[in-house]
Amino acid sequence: MRRRFAKFFEKLIEAALLVSGTFTSVIVLLIILFLFNEGAGLFRESPVEKGSVVALNRANPINALSPEELKNIFDQKIVFWKSLGGTSDSIKLFRVDDVAKYYTEGQIGSNFEHLDSCISDYVGKTPNVVAFFPKEYAKAGFKGKLVTIKTITIGSFVSGKEWFPTAQPVAQMGVLSLILGTLWVSLAAIIFALPLGLATAIYLAEIADSRVRNILKPLIELLAGIPSVVYGFFGLIVIVPLIKNVFGLDVGETALAGSIILGIMALPTIITISEDALRNTPRAMKEASLALGATKWQTIYKVSIPYSASGITAGAILGIGRAIGETMAVLMVTGNSAIIPHSLLQPVRTIPATIAAELGEAAQGGLHYKALFALGCILFVITFFINLSVEFISSKRKGEKHI
Amino acid sequence: MNKIETANVNLHYGDFHALKGITMSIQENSVTALIGPSGCGKSTYLRLFNRMNDLISNVEITGDVLVEGKDIYERGVDVDELRKKVGMVFQKPNPFPKTIYENVAYGLRVNGIKDKAFIEERVERSLHQAALWEEVKDKLKKSAFELSGGQQQRLCIARALAIEPTVLLMDEPASALDPLSTAKIEELIYELKNKYTIIIVTHNMQQAGRVSDRTAFFYMGELIEMDETKMIFTNPKNLRTQNYITGRFG
Amino acid sequence: MKKPDHIQIRRKKQRRQSFAFWTFGILSFSIVAILIVILSFILFHGVKAISWDFITKMPEDGMTKGGIFPAIIGTLYLVAGSMLFAFPIGVMSGIYINEYAREGFIKRFIQMMTNNLAGVPSIVFGLFGMSLFVNKLKFGDSILAGSLTLGLLALPVVIRTTEEALRAIDNSFRHGSMALGSSKWQTTKRVVLPMAFPNIITGLILSIGRVSGETAPILFTVAAYFLPKLPHSIFDQVMALPYHLYVISTSGTNIEASRSMAYGTALVLIVIVLIANLLANALRRYFGKKVKMN
Repeated sequence: MRRRFAKFFEKLIEAALLVSGTFTSVIVLLIILFLFNEGAGLFRESPVEKGSVVALNRANPINALSPEELKNIFDQKIVFWKSLGGTSDSIKLFRVDDVAKYYTEGQIGSNFEHLDSCISDYVGKTPNVVAFFPKEYAKAGFKGKLVTIKTITIGSFVSGKEWFPTAQPVAQMGVLSLILGTLWVSLAAIIFALPLGLATAIYLAEIADSRVRNILKPLIELLAGIPSVVYGFFGLIVIVPLIKNVFGLDVGETALAGSIILGIMALPTIITISEDALRNTPRAMKEASLALGATKWQTIYKVSIPYSASGITAGAILGIGRAIGETMAVLMVTGNSAIIPHSLLQPVRTIPATIAAELGEAAQGGLHYKALFALGCILFVITFFINLSVEFISSKRKGEKHI
Repeated sequence: MNKIETANVNLHYGDFHALKGITMSIQENSVTALIGPSGCGKSTYLRLFNRMNDLISNVEITGDVLVEGKDIYERGVDVDELRKKVGMVFQKPNPFPKTIYENVAYGLRVNGIKDKAFIEERVERSLHQAALWEEVKDKLKKSAFELSGGQQQRLCIARALAIEPTVLLMDEPASALDPLSTAKIEELIYELKNKYTIIIVTHNMQQAGRVSDRTAFFYMGELIEMDETKMIFTNPKNLRTQNYITGRFG
Repeated sequence: MKKPDHIQIRRKKQRRQSFAFWTFGILSFSIVAILIVILSFILFHGVKAISWDFITKMPEDGMTKGGIFPAIIGTLYLVAGSMLFAFPIGVMSGIYINEYAREGFIKRFIQMMTNNLAGVPSIVFGLFGMSLFVNKLKFGDSILAGSLTLGLLALPVVIRTTEEALRAIDNSFRHGSMALGSSKWQTTKRVVLPMAFPNIITGLILSIGRVSGETAPILFTVAAYFLPKLPHSIFDQVMALPYHLYVISTSGTNIEASRSMAYGTALVLIVIVLIANLLANALRRYFGKKVKMN
């Protein structure tokens, strides 16, 4: 009896451990589920402001407009219907406020009780009109036709250049500038951090004696431990004004400031992983090189570095991954303008910074909210692939060692 | 003529006294075997001659180690130069993850030689000397890892010969190989001794008997006895030597 | 080899080596210099702000005066909450991976997922925590939602350190215990875990350091901009140190006037991380020696 209980107890423990073991997998799947579920909503809903409609004259051959087209019409970048495949007429814009231009107060009614029939009348008699107004004024017997606004496509989301999620009449959800801003800042950070990190890793693994190493290692760990918001604060108060003065800029909040801070933050990752890789170089190989009269330095760059190249690559990739996902420090120092970057001395806005800055203002369940989740999906996908490739590289390395 | 001499050499790893007052001379163009039980100090002693022990931290060495009459532990001695003169072959084959050709050329390249024709000629000659040329001449651009263990070890020998050392240290060069490969390596050692001073550490008593001219027996960090190989194996003067040899044979 | 070149080549080799080694040494120490600049900058300015009142008073005058007491307490709650969640699950998960799971697809998959979770950006944790804990499970902006989100973030760290701590223990101890007739769990509980415990605790302390400084995951799950009172339940919002620093240095009512408060807050954060690191290092050293003596 007692033994049977003990057996049962063992099984119970094992089951509990198994459940905990699978916990991270479940969380990753849940993250994918929740993020993609919310994010996908962006591509299912009409991007027009909630409760508003767009109407045309019935004679107009156009029945549907894309968000970009609508935006360009109202920004008066498209002024002829011909550009949209319609007639050669110019486009006449009409917003609710414009009613007063064409109808007297008497016609509209003192309490706007006839507003709907005025709009209906105007749209009905103006062949080149495009009207944007609240849905409630498009009642039965409306003399115009309501156009369908196409939903945002994944292609236009990723390749769209304009990020203006609260724009009227239609939100602009193009994230190209954010994606490029993220990559721009992160790559610049790595270009600055990689040589420095690699040099330190080599120094720690091959050159420094154990006393120096015992001092340097904890300091590098400490560098990894400093919270990102403190880095951001330091960047804001020291680096940003420095850049402003050195380059004579109007604002110091630039991609460069973000890259410097991110570079510092990526250093511990690069150093730790590269150093581990270098340390794994078989002693026998290093001894063989030295025994042939190579100097220590020749041995390092002809034997140790080639041998640990894949590990060093993994460190660099992981460093990029950290930089891409970093939020607070970047948010605080890069100036956050959603423009496609052309130089390191311009302000940029990254994906994580956008989410952090805007999620608080976006109404839950709204289009903007969903767009930010879609951004989260992009971020997740990028970092997921980075992790997978690191996983792949290191498993390949383990395989090689058995030979 | 004595190629190598040591006088009263002591070596400590931290608290551990690994070599105790070793005095020995090694003749030019001969094969000297170092034998003894594991941990007796024979490998440590071998690594004195190309200063490989320097790589281990807190090692302390006293006494004189003379190669061609010069103390190699004196200040100002260029270790890289010494290692060019004193080549080494390790216990396990340790080719670099490079091509066969590049493995042999490595020592030349790190010593600043850029002349292509010269390197090519030297690589071929070294592979001939190591009795490997016929087997690899058609796949010089292939990875060294594609060779068998025995071939890899001969490649390592060729690699060591390419920089024209005058002394060759061999640390149990056949211990990781099959009997056939071992025989080839031993044959090679026999041929090489005309040009090189060879010191070989071995666990294998028969091997010492077959290849060496003189044999030194180490025990607990001490040099117990050194003599003509024939004498050591047939008529050892020290009881411990006798016990070790007979224990191994019997 | 041609003799005349010989000495030149030798000198060149040596020169290159010492040039490379010096360069690398200097570059390595420049990283230390960066660290020292950051730390001493914050220490120098922060010390002026630190006082007993700063630590124990509520913020006043639009967060330009007074103290950061509610933020300290908030961070304390969040750290405690996240560890209560992440530590047991993380340790159990580590035990499963190292002691129970057999080599093969499942083990590799779990390890891969854990690595992936470790690589997920903290802002994505924030998004996830908001949609799951705040909205779906209706916890609202609360200590509970924030702690759980932070706990998820800390989980991979705890799992990895547990795994490493367990892996470091020689199999002979396990076999010794099994040979005496102990079951697997008895062996794990009585032999393996006690030996691995110091290293697991080290991991715990390091993850406390990490969690206390995280901002992005708490932005939308718990952190309050200004809330000069202490929480009464786990469903209350709190202020937190990192978020407080972010707010008063970028979007406070009067950024210039709250600068000294910002320095002080940054210093408190750094001190927490510093203590965590020192403690972890000291523990590692202390127990490392103890193991060697056996």
